[in-house]
Amino acid sequence: MKGFWRDTVEFFPILMSGVALTIVVTIGSLLLSTVLGLVWAMMRVSGIRALSMLSASLINVIRGIPIIVLLFYLYFVMPDLGVTLSALQAAILGLGIAYSAYQAENFRAGIEAIDKGQIEAAQSIGMGWWLTMRRVVLPQAVRIVLPPYGNVMIMMLKDSSQASTITVAELALQGKLIASSTFKNTSVFTLVALMYLTMSIPLILLVRHFEKRAGKR
Amino acid sequence: MIELSDVHKSFGQVEVLKGINASVEKGEVVCIIGPSGSGKSTILRCINGLESYDRGEISVEGLKVDRDAPSIVNIRTQVSMVFQRFNLFPHRTALENVIEGPLFVKKEPRAQVLERGRTLLAQVGLAEKADAHPPQLSGGQQQRVAIARALAMQPKAILFDEPTSALDPELVGDVLGVMRKLADDGMTMVVVTHEMGFARDVADRVLFIDGGVIVEQGPAKSVLNQPQHARTQDFLRRVLHPL
Repeated sequence: MKGFWRDTVEFFPILMSGVALTIVVTIGSLLLSTVLGLVWAMMRVSGIRALSMLSASLINVIRGIPIIVLLFYLYFVMPDLGVTLSALQAAILGLGIAYSAYQAENFRAGIEAIDKGQIEAAQSIGMGWWLTMRRVVLPQAVRIVLPPYGNVMIMMLKDSSQASTITVAELALQGKLIASSTFKNTSVFTLVALMYLTMSIPLILLVRHFEKRAGKR
Repeated sequence: MIELSDVHKSFGQVEVLKGINASVEKGEVVCIIGPSGSGKSTILRCINGLESYDRGEISVEGLKVDRDAPSIVNIRTQVSMVFQRFNLFPHRTALENVIEGPLFVKKEPRAQVLERGRTLLAQVGLAEKADAHPPQLSGGQQQRVAIARALAMQPKAILFDEPTSALDPELVGDVLGVMRKLADDGMTMVVVTHEMGFARDVADRVLFIDGGVIVEQGPAKSVLNQPQHARTQDFLRRVLHPL
């Protein structure tokens, strides 16, 4: 135990630099997946057949490719096509695109859960499609969507570790580098696990809060 | 003001409107009565463009109702609708529900709209509920907010789709009272209802619809007190004397 505390003091600063990158990757890809997911979902519910089919196809393609393959594609293949991304850019883009499919299905379910009468009431006072979405549907859908959105946040935090496969020095990679150079696997990976857990717990509590609020409706 | 000419409408294989011809004059109160599934609500929904119709023509002040044409927004701002289940926006307060249309559709100045919203809520007896959300209101109060929301658009006519059907019996009177006042003030109203007392006292004309056709129409008292058609007589007997 004494050794673990000594290792903690020694490795903590290095692992913290990994934590910073983990947070950057998670927040960056969360924002991107939210925006893209919203676009896909809007296309799905637009009532325009071509847009709906395009969105459904995109979602299926994205869902069918493993995140790690998407990351490899963006980081290793895109330069061959003349687009060079930094490891961090590729990680955020890859995770953002991968999760946009799940976000889209989540948003669509939330939008479709809104009572049809709400849309008719909006239409009956002259609201068009976009105004109905913005003023009536989306504000109500947010409350339905928030609990699963919180779960996506937790999954993204953990999946940000996949960025290590394309050399982003986030928490998992920092841990692996320290462990391979010091052979203190137990201390290092226990620390890494505790750090992920510490970041996940507030998110888990947030999801519980969202679920309680949604349950009160 | 509202003209329906040979209007047909089908849902799949089922034809629910089979050539409806009717008109509503400015300031007139027309009640549509008839059994469930006879097409009463569909007529209102077609007038407001919530449903398309297959044949014939509906026009509001000479403007053809076409739910896919841009002019539908103009028609909807002139002809408001009150729904059976109120359909208030639950995430907005009563006042916000009332001002939503004028503020965001008609883009009227906020101060002016707020003042009108408060006046309308007072008119329907809910001045003190301006900041309440719909779930905090009774069914009758919600329906009165819905009427205020319809009025806030300063419409030329209001369509009421069974406005008291979802209410507890003791709350029906408040809503009918507000509607009676509107009729007295000269509002053009088309009301789908099962409230025969209201139809008799307030309506200028009554249309009895069954099986997608207008079976009988005429002055309210005449149709309700001395129905000519056997089907109307049977319907009224069942409604007025269910036992």
